[in-house]
Amino acid sequence: MANRWKNNLLNSEITPEVVWLNRRQIISSALSLGFCGTIAGPVSAEVLTPNSWEDITSYNNYYEFGTGKGDPAANAHNLKTEGWSIVVDGMVDNPGRYSLVELLTGLTLEERIYRFRCVEAWSMVVPWNGYELKDILDIVGVKPGAKFVSFETALRPDEMPGVKYNVLDWPYREGLRLDEAMHPLTLMATEIYGKPIPNQNGAPIRLVVPWKYGFKSIKSIVRITLTDTEPQTSWNMSNSREYGFYSNVNPTVNHPRWSQASERRIGGGLFAKRKPTLMFNGYEDEVAHLYDGMDLAKFY
Amino acid sequence: MIVQALNVGFRKVPVWALYIALPVPGIVTFYLGLTGGLGAEPITTLEQELGGFTLKLLILGLSITPVLRFTGLNLLRFRRAIGVVAFTYVTAHFLTWLILDLHNVNEILVDIKKRPYVTVGFLSFLLLVPLVLTSNNWSVRRLGTFWPKLHSLVYVAAILGGLHYIMLTKGFQLEPLIYMTVIISFIAARTPKWYRIWLRK
Repeated sequence: MANRWKNNLLNSEITPEVVWLNRRQIISSALSLGFCGTIAGPVSAEVLTPNSWEDITSYNNYYEFGTGKGDPAANAHNLKTEGWSIVVDGMVDNPGRYSLVELLTGLTLEERIYRFRCVEAWSMVVPWNGYELKDILDIVGVKPGAKFVSFETALRPDEMPGVKYNVLDWPYREGLRLDEAMHPLTLMATEIYGKPIPNQNGAPIRLVVPWKYGFKSIKSIVRITLTDTEPQTSWNMSNSREYGFYSNVNPTVNHPRWSQASERRIGGGLFAKRKPTLMFNGYEDEVAHLYDGMDLAKFY
Repeated sequence: MIVQALNVGFRKVPVWALYIALPVPGIVTFYLGLTGGLGAEPITTLEQELGGFTLKLLILGLSITPVLRFTGLNLLRFRRAIGVVAFTYVTAHFLTWLILDLHNVNEILVDIKKRPYVTVGFLSFLLLVPLVLTSNNWSVRRLGTFWPKLHSLVYVAAILGGLHYIMLTKGFQLEPLIYMTVIISFIAARTPKWYRIWLRK
């Protein structure tokens, strides 16, 4: 069932962790450059070079382990991920508690190099491995009438020092509309660079929705619920003026605190320049149709 | 006794030593940023560190009068150096944002106008400019009784600085609230009326 979306990975033989090229995304960014009228020539395409393992695993937002960018890497080793299970409930044919083995055995492990854009206006490129969420939802069977999927992160005060403080209303919650959840780009990631996801990045399994701001890509998932009403999401509960349910990457919709027009790719050092943020984080061709007829300034 | 000994000790510390010592953390942080010691995102880290040092120095400056009143420890002669170095830090913080972070005049103007936390921070910075310009003996003499009035702007600037920090953090976080509490307490503690009320108890 998988392989509905191909990103034609090209593993470099020399340094596989540094130079991974992605033809599909080169083509799509070439198109968007052309659209903006700033194309310098037919070959000036963006090569998506993934960030280093070090960048990806040392600069994280995972407030259950602290609000500093380095806190998750420092504190997340306490999280026990052995024997992980996910409760699937709500409008599904086969509700229950699934081990990761039960849920993922037989599914196709995908390799996806995605742009990752944080609402704080920084970005990375991450080589994920994981499973299309649709494949998982097909296993549990979505009942007709279900319209949304909600997710919950583990809440373990003994293992997560950050939850002592009510920075957010724990547990961390996120949600997608069903068609977003079923989109082939929507991934449940279990690996980065082919290695198990480190705890600070959301071990053992996390959502990756590359056309939305990073906080939508909920980490260390313990619960998936199918519903017919729009689920509550943590940042929206905390500050609904700043964080909408959709939170699609959109350079034209103002955020009260960060200009979303540009972003800085992590890893460029002290003199890294900002670059323009792409509509839907560069996945406009793939996902824009999901929002046909919607006012994206209203449904931000 | 201890306070007396400390006062004697501090009198031996030359003021110029502060002009050398206080900028050291900022220089070290900048050097770390150049050499990869500030992690994956050195620009934001440098910006935040410089802002943090500014707030700490403003708080240190605000603490001097209350410390003298409540403990007798006299650090008044260091206050100008603390203020001037605090301004140096906020300027470095501002320039980091301007040059390294945004690097785009249009985005800078839009940010100052449209992002309330930037507006507040920028206002705080502007309020400190006349203070640093009049932080010399000539201005003190020249301005006379107006000088202390002018320099009470530092209370407003410190509160705006603390507010800037509260406004830029996500979710409900304790640290910026602690900074604000300390700033307000030190300002409140120096108000003569409050001071008398406190003494009566």
